[in-house]
Amino acid sequence: MSAAEKLHLHSETAQPLFSVRDLTHLYGPEKGCQGVSFDLYPGEVLGIVGESGSGKSTLLSLLSGRCPPDRGSVSYRDSEGNWLDLYSASEAQRRTLLRTEWGFVEQNPRDGLRMGVSAGANIGERLMAQGVRHYGELRAAGIDWLQQVEIDPLRIDDLPRTFSGGMQQRLQIARNLVSSPRLIFMDEPTGGLDVSVQARLLDLLRGLVRELDLAVVIVTHDLAVARLLADRLMVMRRSHVVEAGLTDQILDDPQHPYSQLLVSSVLQP
Amino acid sequence: MNNLIEVSGLSKTFTLHQQHGVVLNVLSGLNFSVRAGECLVLHGQSGAGKSTLLRTLYGNYLAAGGSIRVRHNGEWVELVGAEPRQVLAVRRQTLGYVSQFLRVIPRVSTLDVVMEPALARGLRRADAEARAQSLLNRLNIPQALWQLAPGTFSGGEQQRVNIARGFMVAWPLMLLDEPTASLDDANRQVVLALIAEAKAAGSALIGIFHDRAAREAVADRYLDMSQDLSAAAQPEYIYAG
Repeated sequence: MSAAEKLHLHSETAQPLFSVRDLTHLYGPEKGCQGVSFDLYPGEVLGIVGESGSGKSTLLSLLSGRCPPDRGSVSYRDSEGNWLDLYSASEAQRRTLLRTEWGFVEQNPRDGLRMGVSAGANIGERLMAQGVRHYGELRAAGIDWLQQVEIDPLRIDDLPRTFSGGMQQRLQIARNLVSSPRLIFMDEPTGGLDVSVQARLLDLLRGLVRELDLAVVIVTHDLAVARLLADRLMVMRRSHVVEAGLTDQILDDPQHPYSQLLVSSVLQP
Repeated sequence: MNNLIEVSGLSKTFTLHQQHGVVLNVLSGLNFSVRAGECLVLHGQSGAGKSTLLRTLYGNYLAAGGSIRVRHNGEWVELVGAEPRQVLAVRRQTLGYVSQFLRVIPRVSTLDVVMEPALARGLRRADAEARAQSLLNRLNIPQALWQLAPGTFSGGEQQRVNIARGFMVAWPLMLLDEPTASLDDANRQVVLALIAEAKAAGSALIGIFHDRAAREAVADRYLDMSQDLSAAAQPEYIYAG
């Protein structure tokens, strides 16, 4: 990396990319999430952990523009440097963002892929939405990304349904990363996979996050996944963030009674 | 004064909410500083809080009070109460930690494990690889193992892989948690040589060495931590890991 690039990186990372204030959406008392605030910087990976029903998934929906909050704000600084208030932006602006500068990796790859079209078409879709029409270019991107997520490029014309669960998940990641997003949301990305497949996917994700300098918000109930991928954690319980901080500090020296319970309840293999 | 770290009034308590809210005062009112090229050895019996101190300095334990200031890129940075990304920036460039225990990541090769701190700083892969190979050679890890993930290695081999990783880049400030424990004599000498090289290059070191010969070989000063045993008898193994 040249000095100029480093300087650029430095000024680029000095400002947050994503800023959340007092975000609240409740379905009932302590159901949903409330009072969540944080800033996320370029290249930073934030893990959200907590038990089922603690509000992790609700929070992720609010953050990613899928569900308007009762109150609070979500702001994003786009690649041009302009701040956009997510929920006062138009539906079209929000959709463009989700297709270009953002990505969303669903827990179930069948929710994030188009199952009726080929692997190559799944990868090419975002590029086409951005105006790439040249077949050779789309094909080349398809082959390149299949290789990056360790899928045999010969499978480019196959339908995702002929892929294993682990391959489908990797295809979903490729489909998201092809547009060079700056911010990715992930909902239990290794949740439905065998342990052996999980390790491979995690290693791949770790490499991609660092190479591409991605900011990531990842929801997981698996603390080992959190330790491997996340720079910092928020622990949720009954709709509140009860503790937030550096990942290894939360896992090695949890402060809140609930975090201590969560960490001490994990079986060490 | 050419200090690289200044610690004052540092305290650490553990509140065990799952065990009737027992409060353990492990560290209190610690003051010390370490200069470039100097090695401070923590002294005191098992349970005196030596490892707890190293982990508190590194930031995986949360200080209860006081100040930990380090020289980072030419400026003083306060680590107590710092934002996670500040701590991570300090860990990337300034503050290294070497323990006996390797955290194995499935499927990642030994060479990649060792190179990671250099790649995280943006070093070219070829340069990182050359340095990693030379360290693995010095630490007597057979070349046949370099492309394998260290998960299946013996305890001693994993320990030496972790040491290679710890010395992969030059750290202005290094924390050493018994890096020579349970090594054979030849490998212990290699680790002592690596420590001596880091000192000569101007690193400030803070370490725990149970082995007396190793301790005497590297220590410039001692920090006596053996005062208050009663309060500190248990936490090390409750929180080890």
